[in-house]
Amino acid sequence: MRDFIWPAIGNSFVKLDPREVARNPVMFVVEVGSVITTFYLILGLIHTRSDTAFVGAVSGWLWFTLLFANFATAMAEGRGKAQADALRKMRTETFANLVTDEGTTQVPAAQLRKGDIVIVSAGEVIPGDGDVIEGIASVDESAITGESAPVIRESGGDRSAVTGGTKVLSDQIKVRITSDPGETFLDRMIALVEGAQRQKTPNEIALTILLAGLTIIFLIVIVTLQPFAIFSNAPQSATVLIALLVCLIPTTIGGLLSAIGIAGMDRLVRHNVLAMSGRAVEAAGDVDTLLLDKTGTITLGNRQAAEFMPMPGVTEAELADAAQLASLADETPEGRSIVVLAKSYGIRERHIDPESATFIEFSAQTRMSGIDLDGHAIRKGAGDAIIQWVRQRGGEVPPLLEETIENVSLQGGTPLAVASDERVLGVIHLKDIVKGGIRERFDELRAMGIRTVMITGDNPLTAAVIAKEAGVDDFLAEATPEAKMDLIRSEQQQGKLVAMTGDGTNDAPALAQADVGVAMNSGTSAAKEAGNMVDLDSNPTKLIEIVAIGKQLLITRGALTTFSIANDVAKYFAIIPAMFMVSFPQLRTLNVMRLHSPHSAVLSAVIFNAIIIVMLIPLALRGVKYRPWPAARLLRFNLLVYGLGGVIAPFIGIKIIDLILVTFHLTT
Amino acid sequence: MGWGILQIVVFVVLLGLIAKPLGAYMAHVFRNERTFLDPVVRPVEKLTYRLCGVDETREMGVVGYAMSLLVFNLAVLLFMYAILRLQGHLPLNPAHIPDMSPTVAFNTSVSFATNTNWQVYVPESQVSLLSQMLALARENFVSAAVGIAAAVAFIRGLTRHSGKQLGNFWVDMTRSFLYVLLPIAIIGTLVLVSQGVVQNLDGPKHVVTIEGVTQSIAQGPFASQEIIKELGTNGGGSYNANSAHPYENPTPLTNLVEMLAILAIPVALTYTFGRFAGSQRQGWALFAAAMVILLMSVTVMYASEQKGNPILTKLGASQASTATQAGGNMEGKEVRFGIASSILFSTVTTDTSCGAVNNGHDSLTPIAGGTAMLNMALGEVVFGGVGVGIMGLLVNAILAVFIAGLMVGRTPEYLGKKIEGREMKLAVLAVLYFCVTALGFAALAAIVPAGKNAALNPGPHGLSEILYGTISQTGNNGSAFAGLTASGRFWSTIGGFCMMWGRFFFIIPCLALASSLAGKKSVPPSPGTFPTTGPIFVVLLVGVILIVGALTYFPALALGPIVEQFLMNAGKLFG
Repeated sequence: MRDFIWPAIGNSFVKLDPREVARNPVMFVVEVGSVITTFYLILGLIHTRSDTAFVGAVSGWLWFTLLFANFATAMAEGRGKAQADALRKMRTETFANLVTDEGTTQVPAAQLRKGDIVIVSAGEVIPGDGDVIEGIASVDESAITGESAPVIRESGGDRSAVTGGTKVLSDQIKVRITSDPGETFLDRMIALVEGAQRQKTPNEIALTILLAGLTIIFLIVIVTLQPFAIFSNAPQSATVLIALLVCLIPTTIGGLLSAIGIAGMDRLVRHNVLAMSGRAVEAAGDVDTLLLDKTGTITLGNRQAAEFMPMPGVTEAELADAAQLASLADETPEGRSIVVLAKSYGIRERHIDPESATFIEFSAQTRMSGIDLDGHAIRKGAGDAIIQWVRQRGGEVPPLLEETIENVSLQGGTPLAVASDERVLGVIHLKDIVKGGIRERFDELRAMGIRTVMITGDNPLTAAVIAKEAGVDDFLAEATPEAKMDLIRSEQQQGKLVAMTGDGTNDAPALAQADVGVAMNSGTSAAKEAGNMVDLDSNPTKLIEIVAIGKQLLITRGALTTFSIANDVAKYFAIIPAMFMVSFPQLRTLNVMRLHSPHSAVLSAVIFNAIIIVMLIPLALRGVKYRPWPAARLLRFNLLVYGLGGVIAPFIGIKIIDLILVTFHLTT
Repeated sequence: MGWGILQIVVFVVLLGLIAKPLGAYMAHVFRNERTFLDPVVRPVEKLTYRLCGVDETREMGVVGYAMSLLVFNLAVLLFMYAILRLQGHLPLNPAHIPDMSPTVAFNTSVSFATNTNWQVYVPESQVSLLSQMLALARENFVSAAVGIAAAVAFIRGLTRHSGKQLGNFWVDMTRSFLYVLLPIAIIGTLVLVSQGVVQNLDGPKHVVTIEGVTQSIAQGPFASQEIIKELGTNGGGSYNANSAHPYENPTPLTNLVEMLAILAIPVALTYTFGRFAGSQRQGWALFAAAMVILLMSVTVMYASEQKGNPILTKLGASQASTATQAGGNMEGKEVRFGIASSILFSTVTTDTSCGAVNNGHDSLTPIAGGTAMLNMALGEVVFGGVGVGIMGLLVNAILAVFIAGLMVGRTPEYLGKKIEGREMKLAVLAVLYFCVTALGFAALAAIVPAGKNAALNPGPHGLSEILYGTISQTGNNGSAFAGLTASGRFWSTIGGFCMMWGRFFFIIPCLALASSLAGKKSVPPSPGTFPTTGPIFVVLLVGVILIVGALTYFPALALGPIVEQFLMNAGKLFG
């Protein structure tokens, strides 16, 4: 944080450029006011007027108001700039082995175009974004994700995307480049964190209109006040009128608005999420429905063996033994969990003579796997597949089997039947393990009014059980990409905003359709293109954090707007009596803060108005603390803190400043 | 004082009782559903459409609706102007009143077409009976019907889920006239006549007063004019003294009926809105917010008026309330109404854009007069004028939702519809016009001789008179601080501008806002959405209306009524 302060101070002055200030109507009025009062200051110095010190003080603090607002923006941008610089260092000139008809040639990475094919070997930096079309390699992506453990990238499937600037650690891959220079992921990332591409988001635009409207109203109030004052024989100096105007227009939120927006994006970046637009961050706050993939988000990655359920006449140990044998060669997590569970029956590692054993791999046709050992055939697999297999071998299927299989299904588990030759031994109960604490998260989301829908390929029966256990509001079972798409559309038809995560190419259309589509960085480039955010950690649970960050951004904006407007009440009580006390001493009654003199009152209000911006910079950058409460409770709480607080705080602040001014004889 | 408070309580209870039945009935009327009046009214309605060539099934977009509204208003304005200019040559003129002058006729036509009823003319001596009926009373119905039509279109837009259509202007206007205004006005007229309000076609009555001088008292079909003057929140009286005149408002009962008539439709429209929104609580929230502000105004005014004038107290006059005397500041008030019924009337007439008065607002204590001014300056949203009031209330609700709505962590939405840049632009426009015209023209009047010389009093009270004039006309209220002579060319002209801008620069952006919201999908409410019902929202809405209003007018009011009150407390008077 400290490193950014000095450059930010410098930038605050650079940002005084009226062309830049004009983008913000509120601050533009402050700048015009500052210039006018400076003009009067110079006039005063020339003609040595008595109130020159006062005019000078007001003018100075008006400039400070502007500088403080610029400083807030510069601070927010500073953090992004530092990140961008770090990223830029990665974009050092690398060479690429371009595959051509004649073989490969070395070309600078900057010359690569979409569709080019390059070969990257161990130790080389991947020259651009692309998809692996041949080979498999471990890649160090720490430069982008900060995660030091290498990841596997391979052709086909959902882990084919590679990012320019990352490094191949082992093996060799052939990559088809998918982006032109200047449009790579890294380029976009730099532009995003730097705020170069930052455009006002829809809500920011609407808020700016409101603030501009308020500014116009107060401009009219001040412009018409002078004729009324003249009518009342109490004409005012331009300095006092400008001071009142600047105090009344919403400078607090006007000055901090862009800092809040930039800081919101920055918070996402620090969560290792890249939003492709500020619009997406706002949409995240508005999300009504979250589509969450069951696997990895709600349940631990894989199902695990939980129980052996033997048929009559078979012992549990016998079943466990057969199950372990059938799973020895099964490298899937489910297979391994069976081996582990079997160990608890005292069956230890065993050595099998590869000569006498044949491992049967799982195939989509047979839907079984197993082992042929010493003339015995042991199989495990889907219930009906095993039944068929046993019957073919002339075996009897015990009536209990079907019942057991159904029971396991009803409990949300996956049943695997185990058979040895023509004998059915029993059933293995594979179970989904719901992540710890996830239920509480869903309860929180529900309280916030967000509906959670679990997406799973499981059958409805299994899905229902897990949905109940995890506490989601709804589920989509046997989900196909089309079904997912239909679900999103039907939610949107009802006016709801939908967020989802996805990584596969078949997720791409749904990611594009969703209002907030978070693509996993490990996913395909099609998915990353389609989504409007990329999670560099590839952690689907993060969707919940993204929603919280979006909400936090909006709450911060609203809180400071409310605070800013509520502040005006006190400022009136400071300045109006000060203006007219000379002509109408009876108005002293309105000077509820008992401010020392008209000059000290006006000056105190102007100083408060400037300082409050600086004091709120940390809040603007950090964001208002987000609480997962229902809207009514949040509103009550925030209205109390920022609404009522906004009315009271300036009374105290202005009084304190007035006391300081008087104590140190800084005012007349 | 106990009786005074009882009067206020009874009035508020009666209002609450009116809201539901009338509101529900209007919801039926404007959804074009069957009502109990159908057997009688429907044939007339059908005939009207046939004669005018209106296809009642055709809906209009914002352009069609707004254009119909504007063209229609222009037409009736010209018609009215012609009658007033030619009244000396037209029948039904028993008092032989001459043609109206161009300036006054312009101001009067604009005034009645915009539902303002600011009266620069003296009715008894400047308006014939034909003009009273065909120009003024008729226009009272028409401008009220136009207001209701605009409100219905606005509510439709806000509560629709698809399309950008707002309804059919001709149908909405015809139905508000035939089904709502006319039946109530007929019953109301009979009630008023039973209490002694005049209703005849006679010329003025010449009587000898107990002082021995001859006085001529104008007569005419005034009971029918009186009821629509209130019901349509028009406010233009048949007599210069308006509802303080015994022929317009003879008894405490007629006073109660008239006050209820003023608020009946604006209050009921909050219920109608709830029906359209599909949630009655939405309507009650608006009702509650407006009622809170109304009661605040009544409290401040009642306290200030009952306390009376400290200068008189110092001189030894008793201003205490006793069994036989009202006490307090009775200057400009009718003895038959007393303090409570007078300030209640003042609040009611300034909260809505009615402008009928039963006491002299110029004679109110400065704080009470300032409250009346602030009531209007809030934008006539405390139930407000017929139709336009609820629109103003809803625009404020949208602003409130936008300012504070972000604090629940969602982009702001009202009735499930997102409030975005375009809506904000239109909502800001719909509130901006008020301070532009009210403060702008007042500032102009305060410095040009023609403007400030029209004020009777110097100093703060003179400024109050000027401010009251532009605020009242911009708010389409029409009541006046008597001190201002507004019949000159300067005031007639800026008055005309204030009234037209106040009417149309509000209605047009509102219709555009409604159309923009009409096409938006609405998100069903959930625990996460901003609650626009319930006490927190009511507090918020009241806060936004008061803070934004107070912030805008505080400096001007500080130099007018506020300083005047302090000066009065210190024993200094003006004039």
